[in-house]
Parts: sequence; structure tokens; C-alpha cells
Amino acid sequence: MKAWPSIGQIRWGWFLAAAAVLLLWPVFADTHTPTVLLIWALFALSLGLMWGYAGLLSFGHSAYFGLGAYTYAIAVINIGESTVPLLLAVLVPAVVAAVIGAMMFYGRISDVYMGVITLVVTLILFKFMSATAGDQYAIGDARLGGFNGIPGFPILNVPGMPEISLFGVPMYYIAAVSLLGCYLISRWILARSFGRVLVGIRENEARCELLGYSVPAYKTAIFTISAAMAGLAGCLFANWTEIVTPGVFSLRSAAEVIVWTIVGGVGTLIGPVLGAMALGMVKLLLGEQTVIDNSLLLGLILVVVVLAIPRGVVPALQGWWRGRARIRVQRAGHGRVRQRATTVRSGESATGWRRDAPGGSGASAEAPGTGGRLPAQRAVRP
Amino acid sequence: MSDAVVETIDLTMRFGGVTAVDHVNFTLRERELRCLIGPNGAGKSTFFKCLTGQYRLTSANGRVFIRGADVVGMRPHEVVRMGVGIKTQVPSVMNGLTVTENLWLAARRAHGWARSTAEVQRVIDEVGLADIARRQVGELAHGQRQMVEIGIVLAQDPWLVLLDEPAAGITGAEVERLVVLIRQINQSASVVVVDHDMEFVRMLGSTITVFHQGAVLTEGLAPQVLADARVREVYIGNRTQ
Repeated sequence: MKAWPSIGQIRWGWFLAAAAVLLLWPVFADTHTPTVLLIWALFALSLGLMWGYAGLLSFGHSAYFGLGAYTYAIAVINIGESTVPLLLAVLVPAVVAAVIGAMMFYGRISDVYMGVITLVVTLILFKFMSATAGDQYAIGDARLGGFNGIPGFPILNVPGMPEISLFGVPMYYIAAVSLLGCYLISRWILARSFGRVLVGIRENEARCELLGYSVPAYKTAIFTISAAMAGLAGCLFANWTEIVTPGVFSLRSAAEVIVWTIVGGVGTLIGPVLGAMALGMVKLLLGEQTVIDNSLLLGLILVVVVLAIPRGVVPALQGWWRGRARIRVQRAGHGRVRQRATTVRSGESATGWRRDAPGGSGASAEAPGTGGRLPAQRAVRP
Repeated sequence: MSDAVVETIDLTMRFGGVTAVDHVNFTLRERELRCLIGPNGAGKSTFFKCLTGQYRLTSANGRVFIRGADVVGMRPHEVVRMGVGIKTQVPSVMNGLTVTENLWLAARRAHGWARSTAEVQRVIDEVGLADIARRQVGELAHGQRQMVEIGIVLAQDPWLVLLDEPAAGITGAEVERLVVLIRQINQSASVVVVDHDMEFVRMLGSTITVFHQGAVLTEGLAPQVLADARVREVYIGNRTQ
């Protein structure tokens, strides 16, 4: 079966072009800032997959981002080598999300309450982690550190070789591969019947139930997958900053990813990615000055986008592009009508255009009843 | 063992102080076509939702058996998986998806990935949806959406079909087509049609169960039921036909 028009499919040309740009970027420019932009893009992708295709908005997706970061930091301090901590940073948020998701979705709570619960979860984690300053708050050798967080943990290393740390360009490539990999996984999920059912649930949950699908199971599954991706992003973020603080669970962190996704475009995968990278860049640039408050400007951008292009930047651009394509097709159709009309009148063959003007380039064809002329060149354009 | 496809025993549903379904005993047999009629508020749709698991029942609500299996406490998706196709009162379709995509989701669950595309084509041909197959359901007229939902039910290849007001909002020629389609469905499945359009019910020519104030008032073939003074009284009140 072909890809669904309502879901779309991977554009391999664009994907390979993006991969090539990411591959070659370190040859020409610094990778420090692009690395965190890629990490934020991955975080937004995780929300965009769940929200855009299953219709589930988690107001506190930062909980899983933060859990990934903290899990990595705690595990790597205790273990010393980064491979298992990296896996745990994906696994722990996924398990937590599976438990919370199952409680929410099998409990049949409404979307509003889901928003409240997810937000409360991240705020509880923020409060709790902020209150762990004492020596008694330690997991193994890792002190949680309260508001100051956990600094100075070992960063990612070559698997099995803890003495070879991956920072700088290798870290950039890890972030790039993670983003591209998660994008491909997301596309793969959406191309399977699992993804199609998710889109069906987004459109009409009750109907999907009446088709025999266990809606809570599907919702729990995508919530878990999304949390795992967010956890991976959190782990990479911890490696980029080399410190983990309760700020990863904050309201600001929770709101930012939602704004990135809305601005980029809910219902697409590339929208949240581009939204996160663009607004993340704005955030970093604004962080270098003190005249304008960062959050204020981010809020302003959100208001403008919601009012001007409610569907987000990428869907708006896609709509504009499709509109242009439709117009081109319609013009080509009109051109064929004119061509036939001219052929009938002049008795020429279908390929022999009657030229009103010498030279050919200014040739025009007039269709009966239109009362106007269009350049023939435009009329025959496919 | 009886050949009852659906059997309710003392089925009761209360909402606060209101008894919407009152000790209903109902039996539907294999390949039977049955219409449930009654005025607004008679309890038809509540009864329908009790059968389909849309209202979750407990043993206090009585018993409901589908092909001998007790479905009390089951979720709608569990009832559907037994082989039941359900069309709801208000067309319940996926507006943001195309007609083909809607049908595919129905066929996929019942027939698996490999057979789903062929099943979708079968239903498109059977229901006459070819002209609108690639259109988004949200763009369609009400009557077309009704037909899409019936197509969704057919794509599941059910042996029990429950249709809640399938003729609501559709016009003369479409109603005639719908009657033919329901009879066609009835060749391979037991069918329950809930409606209050007397003309449509008469066209179906099935056994009729009349609901009134949550209880079964009478049951029988169309001429007999429609001649019943009590039915005329509760159903059309003071109006004359």
C-alpha cells in the first residue's frame, strides 16, 4: 500500500541533502552551538511525533528530557563508562512514561487532565530535585546536589574505552546521527499500521475504539516512545552542558519545547525540528544581551505565529507550495484547452502551434471565449 | 443452545433518577434483520450503546450475551473484536483522513495488512464510494459521510451489524440505495437498525421492536406493529398519517 496522503512520507532527496550538510558542517564551521541545536531539535521531534500524529499534548515533556539527563549523570558517576548510562537514559524515561501513560490512558482521563498531569509531573520533579542539596540525597556515588545539580560527571566515551571521551566534533556527530536516526524511526513508525492507527486516534478516538483498536494501548505506546526520544535528547544535553540542574524540569523548559513545536508546525516532523533550531538560535543570541528578556520575545514570537499562521511555519510553507503547484497544473490544463481550440480552428496538428507573431518567443494562443491572451510558452508549461 | 446472536436479560440503565432502559428482554437470531423504533427519548440509542459497550455495564444492569458470550463489563473494542460492526447515531468517521484511509483502518484490524487493500477496494465498489475515495471525509456531505461509515462497518466483515440511525439526513434516492445495501449486508450478517423514520423502517420490511419509555412496547412485523393503536399513540401522538 502506498504512503497515506494524510501522513506523508520521507523525501529522500531532502533527507540526504540534510544529512550531507550535517556531515560537512564541521569542515566549515564551529560545532558547539549546532550541537545543542540538534539536541533541542531531537527534543522537539519527540514531542512533535506524539502531539502531531497521535494528538497527545504533554505539557510536561521536559520531565522525560530531564530524567534522561539525570539518569545519565547518576549512572555514569556510578559506573564510570558511558554505554550503559546512555541506554539507561533512554530506558528510565521510557519506563516512567509507560507507567504514567498507562495510568492516564487506561484511566480514560480527558486531554485537559492529561495536560495538567504531565505538567504537574515535571514541576514535582523540579521541586524535588531542587530540594536535594544535602549529603543524604545521593544515589551511590552521585550526589544530587539540589539546585546546583550534578556537575563534572564523565561525558560520553567510545564504547568500552572510558579513557577516550567524545566531545567537540564527535559529540556533534552523535547528536546529528541521533536526530537523523530518530527522524527515520519516526517515519518508519508512521508508515506502519501502528502509525496509521495513531493518526486515526488523533482524528476520532471513539471510532478507533469501535474499529476494535485498544486506544489506551496505542496511546501508552507512543507516549513511551516519545519519552524515550526525549530521554536521549536529555542525555545528550547533559553531555553538552557537562552539568545537570533541576532547570531541565522547569516550567520554562516545558514551555519552550511546546513553543518550538507550535511555531515549526504541529502535524509535521520537520516543523518541530526547524522550529527548535531557529528559536533555539534566537534564544542563544538573546542570551548574550540583557536589553530584552528572552522569555518575553519567545512569547511574542508565539503570539505572532499563532495569529498569523496558526498551523505553524512549515505547514504554511507546504500549503503555499502545493497551492503554487495546483495553479501550475491548472494553467497547464488551460493551455491544453487552448491548444486544442487553436488546432481545431487552424487545422494544424496538435504539436504545431499557430504563431501570431514572428520570432516564436512572443507567440500566443487565444482560447475561444476567454477574451484574453496568454503567452503560449506559459500555456504549454506542464 | 439457542441460535440467538444477541440476547439481553432484564437490561436496565439508569442515569440518576431517570430509567433510560427498563428491564428489556430482547433476542436477535442468526441472519435476522430487526428494527428498533420509538419516539425521541424512548431509550433506543441507550439500549444500542449498552449492547456495544459504549455504556459500561455491571451485573446490576442485567445480562447481555452476544453469541452466547457475556459482554457485560466489556469495552467497545472488545465487543467489536468478537465480529460486531457498529455505526453510531452521529457519523463517527475520521474527518482528517481520506475515505480510503478510513476504510483501510477498518479493514486492517479485521483482515491484516496483506488483505486490507483488497478489502478496501471491495467495499468501495460495494457501497459506491469510488468517486469520493480520495477525498477527505471532512469535506463530504452528511449523506456521503453516512455511507462512508457504513463502508467502515462493512470493511470489518462483521457477522453482527448494529446501525444507529443510518438514514438520518440522507435523501430519497440514497435511502433506497441504503435499503438495498442493508438487505445485502443481511445476507451474511444479523442486523439491528435503530431509527425513528417510519417510512425507512417500512421499506426494510423487517421485524420491528417498539421502544417506549425505556421498555419494549410491542414487537412484530411492520403491518401488525404499525396498525397497533398503542404504537400510533406513543409514536405519532395526535398526528394522523
